[in-house]
Amino acid sequence: MLLDYTSSAHYVLALLPEVVLSVWGMGILVAGVSGRHQGGSGQELGWLTIAGLAFAALANGWLYFGVVEETATAMIALDRFRLFANWIFLLGAGFAIIVSLPYVARQRLQAGEYYSLILFAAVGMMFMASARDLMVIFLGLELMSIGVYALAGFNRRDRRSAEAGLKYFLLGAFASGFLLFGIALVYGATGSANIQVVADSVRGGTAVGALMGPGVALLAIGFAFKVSAVPFHMWTPDVYEGAPTPVTAFMAASVKAAAFMAFLRVFLVGLDGLYDQWWTILWWIAAVTMVVGNVIAVVQSNVKRMLAYSSIAHGGYLLVALVAGNDVAAAGLLFYLLVYTIMTIGAFAIVVTVGNQSESNSRIEDYTGFGWQRPLLGLLMTVFLLSLAGFPGTAGFIAKYYLLLGAAEARLWVLAVILVLTTVVSYWYYLRVAWYMWMKEPEAADGPRAAAVTPLATHIVLVIGVALIILGGLFPGVALDLATGSVDGLRQAVGEAAAAAAAGP
Amino acid sequence: MTDLLASLRYEDWILHALIWLPLVGMAHVVVSSPERAKNLAFVWSSIVFVLSLGLWWGYEPGGGGFMLESSTPWIESWGVSYSLGVDGISVFMVMLTTFTSAIAILGSFEYVKTRRKAFYALMLLLETGVLGVFLATDIFLFYVFFELTLVPMYFIVGIWGGERRIYAAVKFFLYTAVGSLLMLVAILYIYFGGNAGSFGYEAFLNADLGLREQLWLFSAFALAFGIKVPVFPLHTWLPDAHVEAPTPGSVILAAVLLKMGTYGFMRFLLPFFPAAAQHPTVVAVMLVLGVVGIIYAAWVAAVQPDAKKLVAYTSVAHMGFVVIGIFALTLNGLQGGMVVMISHGISTGALFLLLGMMYERRHTRLIEDFGGLGRAAPLFATAFVITALASIGLPGTSGFVGEFLALLGTFETHALAAIIAATGVVFAAYYMLPMVQRVLFNRLDKPQNRKFPDLSRREIVILAPMVALMIGIGVHPTPILERMEPSVQRVLARVEGAGAELETASEEPPHIGLEGYVGDARSGAGERVPGAAARED
Repeated sequence: MLLDYTSSAHYVLALLPEVVLSVWGMGILVAGVSGRHQGGSGQELGWLTIAGLAFAALANGWLYFGVVEETATAMIALDRFRLFANWIFLLGAGFAIIVSLPYVARQRLQAGEYYSLILFAAVGMMFMASARDLMVIFLGLELMSIGVYALAGFNRRDRRSAEAGLKYFLLGAFASGFLLFGIALVYGATGSANIQVVADSVRGGTAVGALMGPGVALLAIGFAFKVSAVPFHMWTPDVYEGAPTPVTAFMAASVKAAAFMAFLRVFLVGLDGLYDQWWTILWWIAAVTMVVGNVIAVVQSNVKRMLAYSSIAHGGYLLVALVAGNDVAAAGLLFYLLVYTIMTIGAFAIVVTVGNQSESNSRIEDYTGFGWQRPLLGLLMTVFLLSLAGFPGTAGFIAKYYLLLGAAEARLWVLAVILVLTTVVSYWYYLRVAWYMWMKEPEAADGPRAAAVTPLATHIVLVIGVALIILGGLFPGVALDLATGSVDGLRQAVGEAAAAAAAGP
Repeated sequence: MTDLLASLRYEDWILHALIWLPLVGMAHVVVSSPERAKNLAFVWSSIVFVLSLGLWWGYEPGGGGFMLESSTPWIESWGVSYSLGVDGISVFMVMLTTFTSAIAILGSFEYVKTRRKAFYALMLLLETGVLGVFLATDIFLFYVFFELTLVPMYFIVGIWGGERRIYAAVKFFLYTAVGSLLMLVAILYIYFGGNAGSFGYEAFLNADLGLREQLWLFSAFALAFGIKVPVFPLHTWLPDAHVEAPTPGSVILAAVLLKMGTYGFMRFLLPFFPAAAQHPTVVAVMLVLGVVGIIYAAWVAAVQPDAKKLVAYTSVAHMGFVVIGIFALTLNGLQGGMVVMISHGISTGALFLLLGMMYERRHTRLIEDFGGLGRAAPLFATAFVITALASIGLPGTSGFVGEFLALLGTFETHALAAIIAATGVVFAAYYMLPMVQRVLFNRLDKPQNRKFPDLSRREIVILAPMVALMIGIGVHPTPILERMEPSVQRVLARVEGAGAELETASEEPPHIGLEGYVGDARSGAGERVPGAAARED
């Protein structure tokens, strides 16, 4: 099917996954507050939400395989990049909800609001990946952020959760301001907020340099905040530590992924012509992020906080792909985010389990002997950690290798060396969890800690996650081809649009 | 025998079977009961060992290239394939691995009493990893296996090790990881910068690299393998890992894991960067590090109160001989290095097993706690003496053949280094013989030692083949030497030939129509003046 946006129905079709999710989210909200579920555990609502995600994934599949767009300039992109990204978000949201099910029940959170907020945040993320217009990116970002602000502070009986919500909100609003100001300046410089038009204008030299420079800088700051790149990372550890753990998992994986998708499209497509000017800045941000994230993670004694710093470090690795700025790196970024979503949420799922579906037991000492108490969960955690560390045999290695491949093609050897050396640093703190789990004998007084039963569904999903991680490490071919195919048209579109613009007026 | 193997279509499946059978065994161990785990692991590793014996006949030293090769695309879009092959260098490493794995598993029956399933599963995983390292002919595949060996070893040391096991395990892991990750960047550089086009071994040999690039890449590879060997200033992880590791872990570590480093020198470092390998500064640095390692480790070993630590330092010294043998860049040197690798694998492995037996009986490893064991346990003492003598390189044992050849080969090109290194043999006697004397021959004055039980039947089964090999190789090394010679020769020709090529390429355009003739003449020139290549840049 070909979409040319001659009728307004085409817009609905192009946004079908988003539409499905939005409607579904409102339905969940209504079902949640209608009272029937107030006293229950909210499990049914959770499963219902997952069903909504499944429908959205179906719609996304239809768009992926059955629909093409006529031009590459519409406000909403219908390219494979966006659709691949959508799958990552849907996967992340679904995984996060599975992890949330027992947590929401045990913490007696309002299930209706909780799950619908996750859906709305997911819609925001999908808008960010699909936007070919800076304003749509901003709308998506706000939709996602507001949902996540509320989720971070969702457990109002928990002081730290409230603190996390407020902190995230204040700093997030500040960063949104930067981004919006950047958008305004770029608009002023080029006369359009459409990324393709901006790209053409930059290449054609018609953009006003005095406005463009500060505009790009402000955009970079806004995105850097959202991907928690150093030095805009200060909020991350506190928010990640304070938020309910399943929400932290969702934030660490999907929110970061969404920000990177938009970051990539704006900088590699829209501002491609200014690559020579912005790559050094991003180079330094990437290098500093990798070093600071990894080094500070080493001294953390709280596993949740450690994973927060580790997610900062992963943001640094992903920034390397942006600095490389070639198709290999862009595909690598997509593949990395896919793998990263699985392994990060997987690791957090174990943290939730060790914490008895609450916020307790998050010190590293609490993991002492966990592996021998619960061998299956211990083994799963070990694989997730090895994958996060980027160890061969896991998908994490293939993903990291992909990023290195992009960096190598762009001849960024110093950055590649920084990446691998900081990876060695990361081995230390990932392995530290492993050694507490398997190598330390628990003191007799400690007794078994992980008393709460992990539901079968969590087990199954985690086993599937680990299977995917190992499968992706051993036979990555299919996923790699998918990722490579997804960026095929992305940057080529610039040239086409330029040609069209040149031929037009 | 050859006919039998051919009728089984041995060459078609053997390399795949060697790599994957231990994994099958691992799965079997995981689903079995803890009581049966050790027997199962031993059975599976024995099957692998018996199968690998066929390589002795199945491998024919023809031109020295890879044999039994097979290759299927693995990650096609990246030019990565699942390629295996074996040549005269790796065939012995493979057999050493399968042999020591089976022996180490048998040797851990009494030592490992807790969490047996996990232990034997990890041992089999480790075997897969190491065999993969020696059999892979695709650089990416090699790298994956090279790293994969770290995980099981980390857990073996960290879970079943001694008092400071976690420190030792983490140090081992991080040290090795630094080197190998930098090597990964170097591999990528060859792939892109050298326009290799794929990760196949041949493609990397043909990569287009200048001398400057080669020196950098050489450093990265040398660091990765040098940490593994370990070469002198990078060796500090080794004593810790050896002392803390459980007996079978030490055996595998000494016998096989260290060899991955020296194997990497021969298989990758020399052929990939021939010009750098001939660079006089590089050769000088490597020889000095090798010699310093020999002497320094010997001195340090001499003052160790802990017998296991003493043996750990002897590993550093032995690997020093391998390093000088390799960087002498002569046939004798390389072959000697190879023989030292095999010999060290057997004799040091046996020493660690013997120390493990002492520890199981007395729960101490301090030399001063023993004395007069020769009277209490004559069989044990016999095995110990033969092993110790093989370790210091007494003529008639495997250690002598290797060290003699390595020194001879070094003497041909770098006489001074050989002369200094030869003193290391004397120091070897100086650290090993007093230890033997204090453990076995002094007065039997400690009551606990009077009841020191002699070797059990299982222990005899473990030690007998090792002792037989030490003497067998020492008396008649020819079958081994002639099998490895073509492959070693090939490495050498590659280093000299390519080095000379690079030298002439930089000063004059190629002679069209005379390539064959000119090429021969150049490689001849390279043979006479090794190291000439580097002077030009």
